[in-house]
Amino acid sequence: MKFNVLEHELVPEHYLVPEEEEAIVLERLKVKKENLPKIRKSDPVLRILERQYGHIPIGSLIKIVRKSPTAGRIIVYRVVVRE
Amino acid sequence: MSGDSELVLIWKDKMNNIDALMLNAPVYYAVDFPVKLEPPFYAYITLKGKEANYRVHVTEVREYEPLEGMMRRSNKNLKTLLYLEEIQEIASIPLNEFRKENGEEIKRVSKYSYGTLTLITDFELKKFRDMTDSERKIYEMAIKDYGVELPFSIVSEIAKAEEKYDIKNTELKRIIDRAVEIYKKRLVDPYEAVGIVGAQSIGEPGTQMTLRTFHYAGVAEMNVTLGLPRLIEIVDARRDPSTPMMTIYLDEKTRYSEDGARELAKKIESTLIKDVSDIVTNITDMSVIIRPNKEEMENRGVTKDNIVESLAKIKLKTVVEVEGDNIKVRLSEPSYKNLNRLSTEISALTLKGVKGIERAIVRKSNDTNEWVIYTQGSNLRDVLDMDGVDGRRTKTNNIIEIANVLGVEAARNAIIYEALDTLQQQGLSVDIRHLMLVADVMTQKGYVEAIGRHGVAGQKESVLARAAFEITSKHLLAAGVTGEVDELNGVAENIIVGQPVTLGTGAVVLIYKPKKR
Repeated sequence: MKFNVLEHELVPEHYLVPEEEEAIVLERLKVKKENLPKIRKSDPVLRILERQYGHIPIGSLIKIVRKSPTAGRIIVYRVVVRE
Repeated sequence: MSGDSELVLIWKDKMNNIDALMLNAPVYYAVDFPVKLEPPFYAYITLKGKEANYRVHVTEVREYEPLEGMMRRSNKNLKTLLYLEEIQEIASIPLNEFRKENGEEIKRVSKYSYGTLTLITDFELKKFRDMTDSERKIYEMAIKDYGVELPFSIVSEIAKAEEKYDIKNTELKRIIDRAVEIYKKRLVDPYEAVGIVGAQSIGEPGTQMTLRTFHYAGVAEMNVTLGLPRLIEIVDARRDPSTPMMTIYLDEKTRYSEDGARELAKKIESTLIKDVSDIVTNITDMSVIIRPNKEEMENRGVTKDNIVESLAKIKLKTVVEVEGDNIKVRLSEPSYKNLNRLSTEISALTLKGVKGIERAIVRKSNDTNEWVIYTQGSNLRDVLDMDGVDGRRTKTNNIIEIANVLGVEAARNAIIYEALDTLQQQGLSVDIRHLMLVADVMTQKGYVEAIGRHGVAGQKESVLARAAFEITSKHLLAAGVTGEVDELNGVAENIIVGQPVTLGTGAVVLIYKPKKR
């Protein structure tokens, strides 16, 4: 597909969390990685992110900046999983 | 990171070769084709010849010679040795995103091929502005003094007021104090049963919804599922909604011209062979006769040659003969089964347009004064790539399709938007937070999951909770056979056994230990 899905208005901002920052994020959220919501390795957004960051291994954290009708914007995290 | 639009090598390989490579990398790999690239470079491996599934880093290329510990792609005609530094599984990239040296798209790779893959490097896709200085100041004050992260919308509202009314620092402190106080009061209490509250809040207005489907007000000719059936459809995560529909926005060039919009709508609307002709099966000579309808063909801008061309797409072995106005498609080998298949295949052939879109209607939007195309049928992937379409705003009401094309996060947004829209059209107001919770639960696994026994409810940890929901005996039997243990953590199971529920105060376990005298 030529269209960059990150441009679509339904798709929020996605970023890869650098490995060294993962611990800080998990500490702040007081949560273990496996308890976070998930995003599949085959997700169309990850395909675009891989073109930007290179390879994204299973278990990486993806930071998502969502537009929220109540809070303005909110940052959530998803962890990359196999199918 | 791989090089920007550098030439890369793509080859086709077998799954068991790749498994072995994954285990043994870094390793020398003997391949049966010449390699002209200078190492180090990245190469891609395709499994089926349609999309790249693996990426390898090649750091050495030399002529083939038998080496100890090397691996082979095939057993003969080995030409080159590649040293594979590493091999990674990647989210598959369709091969048509690679360009050949002459600029053409790569369609298939049967053995190996070269191409360039354009990395998307200009990646400024920020959808939010950063916090301004005054906003940051307020945000940090709340964290420092109260340990509370105020939501962005509240922070920016305070900052706006600060600027407008020229608020002094001491007053600002008091405002933040009040904001934090109210914010804390509005937070959900620990162990509050948000799911139950959400279910009740959506369920009660749901009883007032109409059970019938109505015509969509804005687009009079189109029938769209509304009301309760639509809400059930959303929550059930149906693969195909009963009335798939797209709203296609146009880019700046075509947005304000009616002719441009109509032309595009014609391009989008798909024409099948059965739309422009009668299809007759002739059993005596094992053929299917297509009788084109001239009037219909003219209306839809199709010629007889188009039909003949499209017949080449048939997978069965056939002979195509033109007999005057009619076109005869004869099976090469007679078979009743194949004849039946042939006739269904022919009637489903798309002559032009986007597959799956039955009708496209052009309407002028009331609020922005631009031309918008509404369609019956949906094919987001193909429409997004069309020239003249504003892909950023184009939408479909098929949530599963959105998940497949745009990802889980987009699907989450679509669930919220569609559910809210359905409720609002019925004049019901449900707080969006309940719908957000539903959408969060449905997309939490990384794909869209239905609420109900096939989805969320069917995966509850507790046997008793599952048994209490639907198909009681099946769950109890299966749990008995496999020896499942119920930890009694949830609500339903505790009600069944007659214990206090783990909610609210019931969730707090306090043990009083008297001091020893």
